[in-house]
Amino acid sequence: MSQTTLQAALARTKADGRAALIGYLPAGFPDPDSSIKVIEAMVEGGCDVVEVGLPYSDPTMDGPTIQRAADTALAAGTTPPDVLRVVEATAATGAAALVMTYWNPVERYGPDRFCADLAAAGGAGAITPDLIPEEADEWLAATDAAGLDRVFLVAPSSSDERLRLTARASRGFVYAASLMGVTGTRAQVSGTAEKLVARTRDAIGDGGGLPVCVGLGISNRSQAAEVAAYADGVIAGAGFCQRVLDAPDLETGISAVRSFAEELALGVRAGRS
Amino acid sequence: MPSETPDPSRSEHPDARGHFGRYGGRFSPEALVAALDQVAEEWEKAKNDPGFRAELDALLRDYTGRPSLLTEAPRFAEHCGGARVLLKREDLNHTGSHKINNVLGQALLTKRMGKTRVIAETGAGQHGVATATACALMGLSCVIYMGEEDTRRQALNVARMRLLGAEVVPVSVGSRTLKDAINEAFRDWVANVENTHYLFGTVAGPHPFPALVRDLHYVIGEEARSQVLDLTGRLPDAVAACVGGGSNAMGAFAAFIPDTGVGLYGFEAGGDGVTTTRHAAAISGGAPGVFHGARTYVLQDTYGQTLPSHSISAGLDYPAVGPEHAWLADSGRVTYRAVTDAQAMEAFRLLSRTEGIIPAIESAHALAGVRELGAELGPEGVIVVNLSGRGDKDVDTAATYFGLVDGGEDGSGESA
Repeated sequence: MSQTTLQAALARTKADGRAALIGYLPAGFPDPDSSIKVIEAMVEGGCDVVEVGLPYSDPTMDGPTIQRAADTALAAGTTPPDVLRVVEATAATGAAALVMTYWNPVERYGPDRFCADLAAAGGAGAITPDLIPEEADEWLAATDAAGLDRVFLVAPSSSDERLRLTARASRGFVYAASLMGVTGTRAQVSGTAEKLVARTRDAIGDGGGLPVCVGLGISNRSQAAEVAAYADGVIAGAGFCQRVLDAPDLETGISAVRSFAEELALGVRAGRS
Repeated sequence: MPSETPDPSRSEHPDARGHFGRYGGRFSPEALVAALDQVAEEWEKAKNDPGFRAELDALLRDYTGRPSLLTEAPRFAEHCGGARVLLKREDLNHTGSHKINNVLGQALLTKRMGKTRVIAETGAGQHGVATATACALMGLSCVIYMGEEDTRRQALNVARMRLLGAEVVPVSVGSRTLKDAINEAFRDWVANVENTHYLFGTVAGPHPFPALVRDLHYVIGEEARSQVLDLTGRLPDAVAACVGGGSNAMGAFAAFIPDTGVGLYGFEAGGDGVTTTRHAAAISGGAPGVFHGARTYVLQDTYGQTLPSHSISAGLDYPAVGPEHAWLADSGRVTYRAVTDAQAMEAFRLLSRTEGIIPAIESAHALAGVRELGAELGPEGVIVVNLSGRGDKDVDTAATYFGLVDGGEDGSGESA
């Protein structure tokens, strides 16, 4: 299987001796065309990878900020075809594009068809926060057939056995949730994150080389630097959404998003210096 | 207990990972898997532990008031094609519904797991009140999530829960109803799982909740089966129950599932009719999907977004159904039909007037279904219907619906 754009991006940042910066935004927030502009600003500001969220009516893993962003996107009429259009535009920026989606919309779309359409749009794969490997047979087959990455999550509560199971099922990277909780910015990065990354690397084993990226709660340059010291990628989402929500107009929001990405980009470069 | 009663563990369903055929399973964040495993393992141990069973049985007897009665309803039966209608009186339980069976079991389980805090969701407030009650009894801290819309519609139940010492958190996101209260409870759980048990209120959600909640309500059908044999000398032709999430129905059905001669009937909330957009009949009018942690029937649009549900009964106003029901529907063992708001309200009034029993509007859906079933079975038929709750909480709704407050009532003044 040839290398995906995600795998290439993570190999490149590794070669640069730094962690990757991964930004998240729901497609369609605040509306489909505007979300493309926001993502372009994220990439201009320094995101190496973008998680394009598929807005869902019942996002049980998301805190209030991303819930509001997803609700706005749904109210703007965003559908999976719109999400794929945003993926295509994201890939066109040169950043690797991943979809972040709860499982039911994929099941409804049809996993094989979803993967085929995602690959055709230039997407590298998808993150599925409410799908665990035990339930993922169809998803494993569909992503294999389309040559896409599939990112599963590990949490501080995961047993060593489950870390191994999840690492074996994942391709692209493993998403380590820094804390027990939902998405949203936090004043401090949980101390459990570094330990989880170390445990996950042990589970991946020697020669596996699968990157481990950390998300949940990262909202400023120093947190990004702190996480970048031990993780292969730093994931930020609610901070981007919050800047768009707080801005009086889209232009201001886009400019705040670009500055935020620049700030985090400095952080991931400072992590190992 | 009669020795021929099947074993409640019924280990073949679900399988080890919580699957009922293609349904059920565990579609939940990895962060919750350890907690779900703990609940599943602890329940496996507890249900086979004579000490635990004895403690739970004593509570069910001395606190809840079990066994609940099986009451024949001859005057109501005159409106059911003459078939014999036997009411399983879960409405007489402490707190007024079947919900207490599940809640007491899970509260004991919470203590067994060494956890000190309980969270739960509630729609109409029945499960919230039952949970607050069990937490007061056992000295557990209790937080109830309730959609903001529902806190307004059921203000008295909010007061009741607070009186019992629970904290009630109004949920103001999404559609501000039961499904959003469940979303919010899951968000709380993932952040506080160390000391907190999510006391789930129905046979839905990720494994092990569908099996756990069914097992704790198994007593309903187990008692009814023995009572109907005592009363009539034979098994019934049909067992009927209303289905929202489906806990009272699973409790009523489970003991009868091996009795293939007994017809099982679940009545869903048809709202304005399943051909309209305003109903809550997930099996009759939805499609298979994944929702709240399980694969099951869901009301959803072309793209898998959850559609808003509607029912005059807040307790049935849920856009999905427990996965075991989905499996029982596909297998044909249980027949599911939809009952409209209007049919349910007519049965609500009919039982009140013919038997002096005001049912919950949820249970009235089963009663409306029984009128149809009785006509199909004829005078030789014997039907057990689960009267899952009492109607005190619904008096406001009924008063508005029938126009009982201002100009008195005349029995024909529906104002819906």
